[in-house]
Amino acid sequence: MSLLHLAIFSPFLLAIAIPILYKHIRSVHTGWFVLGLPIILFTYFFRLMPVTQKGETITKSFAWIPSLDISFDVYVDGLGLLFALLITGIGSLVILYSIFYLSKDKEQLGSFYTYLLLFMGAMLGVVLSDNLIVLYTFWEFTSLSSFLLIGYWHHRERSRYGAQKSLLITVLGGLGMLGGFVLLFIMGGTFSIRELIGQADTLYGQALFLPALLLILLGAFTKSAQFPFHIWLPDAMEAPTPVSAYLHSATMVKAGIYLVARMSPVFAESGVWLWLIASFGIVTLFWGSFSAVKQTDLKGILAFSTVSQLGLIMSLLGVGAAALHYDSIGENVYMVATVAAVFHLINHATFKGSLFMVVGIIDHETGSRDIRKLGGLMAFMPITFTIAAIGAFSMAGLPPFNGFLSKEIFFTGMVNVLNMDIFNLDTWGVLFPVLAWIGSIFTFVYSMIVVFNVFGGKHQPEKLERTPHEAPLGMLISPVILASLVIIFGIFPNLLSGTLIEPAVASIVPSLLNGEFHVHIGFWHGFTPELFMTIGVITLGILLYVTLLRWKKVYSLLPESMSLNHLYDKSVDLAEQASRWITRLFMTGFIRSYLVYIFLFFIISLGFTLYWLDAFKLNLGNTAPIRMYELILAIIIAIGSVFILFVKSRLTSIILLGAVGYTVSLFYVFFRAPDLALTQLIIETISVALFLLCFYHLPKMNLKEERLRFKFNNALVSIGVGTIVALIALSAHSNKLFDSIASYYIENAYEEAGGKNVVNVILVDFRGLDTMFEITVLGIAAIGIYSLIKLRMTRGEEADENK
Amino acid sequence: MFEMIVRISLLCISLSMFGLIYRVIKGPSTADRVIALDAMGINLVAIVALISILLDTSAFLEVILLVGILAFIGTVAFSKFIEKGEIIEHDRNR
Repeated sequence: MSLLHLAIFSPFLLAIAIPILYKHIRSVHTGWFVLGLPIILFTYFFRLMPVTQKGETITKSFAWIPSLDISFDVYVDGLGLLFALLITGIGSLVILYSIFYLSKDKEQLGSFYTYLLLFMGAMLGVVLSDNLIVLYTFWEFTSLSSFLLIGYWHHRERSRYGAQKSLLITVLGGLGMLGGFVLLFIMGGTFSIRELIGQADTLYGQALFLPALLLILLGAFTKSAQFPFHIWLPDAMEAPTPVSAYLHSATMVKAGIYLVARMSPVFAESGVWLWLIASFGIVTLFWGSFSAVKQTDLKGILAFSTVSQLGLIMSLLGVGAAALHYDSIGENVYMVATVAAVFHLINHATFKGSLFMVVGIIDHETGSRDIRKLGGLMAFMPITFTIAAIGAFSMAGLPPFNGFLSKEIFFTGMVNVLNMDIFNLDTWGVLFPVLAWIGSIFTFVYSMIVVFNVFGGKHQPEKLERTPHEAPLGMLISPVILASLVIIFGIFPNLLSGTLIEPAVASIVPSLLNGEFHVHIGFWHGFTPELFMTIGVITLGILLYVTLLRWKKVYSLLPESMSLNHLYDKSVDLAEQASRWITRLFMTGFIRSYLVYIFLFFIISLGFTLYWLDAFKLNLGNTAPIRMYELILAIIIAIGSVFILFVKSRLTSIILLGAVGYTVSLFYVFFRAPDLALTQLIIETISVALFLLCFYHLPKMNLKEERLRFKFNNALVSIGVGTIVALIALSAHSNKLFDSIASYYIENAYEEAGGKNVVNVILVDFRGLDTMFEITVLGIAAIGIYSLIKLRMTRGEEADENK
Repeated sequence: MFEMIVRISLLCISLSMFGLIYRVIKGPSTADRVIALDAMGINLVAIVALISILLDTSAFLEVILLVGILAFIGTVAFSKFIEKGEIIEHDRNR
């Protein structure tokens, strides 16, 4: 266990202490106890940066289940460190923000910070694990803690709905991912990601390669809210705003991005990987930005915006995978896409985090998040407005903010698709820049809505619960820090290029780079297509924003019944109804139905086995001759048994049963089993007496005597069972494979055990243990009957054995 | 010769079981059936005895005694059941 392991586990350890601190120190806001940890972790990870900058990595091992090749290996490279810095950095800011956002007196702070710390530790585990199973464990931990955080206000119906939906969708993907990991293990023989990357060449082309790819992508797409699995993210906005800012914009939803980036070296050989990621990403980009415009809830807009930006990063990762198929590093323009993905990942975390915090402030200070109620807040909240404007303009891709730069490189990456000549990209590839461009226009429109519909326009005091005013200083610290980062990264983008982007890109495409690759992000490229695209985005975006009210009807064209949410609700409903229907169909509550199932299964399984294995044999070689009186007695038994079914009176059937039992005992006599015959006679008598006892106690109401009604199905089933048993008995008798061991007992009964009655010697000596338990069975039966008769507890009466 | 006679009588008694089982099934009243069952018990005694002769063994003599007792007990129990509706009475002071 190294310091790195401790760093990952420290949030879990603190999470144990939080409830105790919360309970005993009520005067201090619990968040202050939490705040220190992410700051310490951030500093710790920050100090590791020179290592990855030099292109080196850190590996620490800790054995967990070595016999199953599962060990908790921590692996720090550029990509993992980038995510770790995001998680701890934004984590610190979010915790600081939440201290002022959540009230000390009204909220269950103990649970909040416990869940949040669980999440932070899990997320660190996801990005720093080298072992796939450990990664999966932490992955599910993030799903679980996200579920708890979304349902934090569990008294609200919408919160519970959102929590359940996100859990169902992300766990579905998580389980698929586990399947993919296991398939990778089967192919590669190891759970270690680095070792799998090492054998990427041999993995490609194996039969399980494609299933593993698809399953892992299912996990990544559900977690990162890619189309059509994005529907859980808008509903997760019921969580407290710090949670939305942290989990649903900066960290958890990027776990899928991380997974795709991490597994890229394993799968990028395949065209399916490239096509799937790029096309799902670009469709998500378009659909998310298109849907964001119609939202009226600010958090709804930001949720769809997150979906769209995640699609952007995903599509860039997909296109970036193409770089692996071109050799020359100097000419390799496709690397740009990967650079853009990493750069935008950082940018998105900064501006989206600040925007969520702004929305939280607005909600906190005005009591509403509805853009129809808000307006003219600029005069009341100048600082909040400034932050919101910086964040939203960066999101829209305006200079001089960092969003402009990453949007430019994004366009470069997408335009480069046009030059690719692999995997049929030259045919449908043209869709990528087009969809990216249209998506960016909508991004511009909703960014403007966030700023101008809320802060511009007219103030409507009658619609708001309280008079808006500027937020307290503490609440503003975190968004101010993030907004200044937006500007700093926008003006000095090369601060990032050497320190974070290059090492991260080196982890995503490791085989290509040998230290020759350097990122330089410049403002000015000359008059390139991307510049004209950006100009087009801005002009068309302004046009669309101004005319928004005229074309907003477009959104009502698609009816509610066609939406994905509707589909999800319907399918959950349908699954419930269908399973209820199926259960009701066969769980009838009647024992006779269950007996029919059991017997049918018996007939079908045994009959099929007999037929399939061709097992039925009839060999009359070792049968004994049939004597006349045996035949007669057999006929008597048959007549007796059959007539039990047809007689009218129950008393008659009891007597008939006795007659059959006595005749059976006669068969024991014929076949020379005196002990059996004795026992059979006594037992038959006793059971007939017991039947009579039951008969007498039948309720008087139902004493109407009637024949057993004939049911065709029952007759069929019973004949089937009889036939099968007869067939099996015949073939078993015809297939005597070896002699019985009876001769041993006969020879040794007297010599070894000192008895002449072989049956009894077997019962009490050779196989005495069976007899002991038969005695136990009888004892239990007797005690059971006694207690059933004696202990008649009526309903509501307390069980008291001393009474 | 002797064995032949035993076999023939065994056959006859077996066949007589048919008549008895017919009575058990058909018998208009329960008493008829109980008597038929009792007679079946006695028939069993005869069959077991004949079988013992045929097999030349004394291992089944207990069976004969047991059937005798059980047929008696069974018939008494049935009779009491028909008469009183129950076999073992609880209340001694009746």
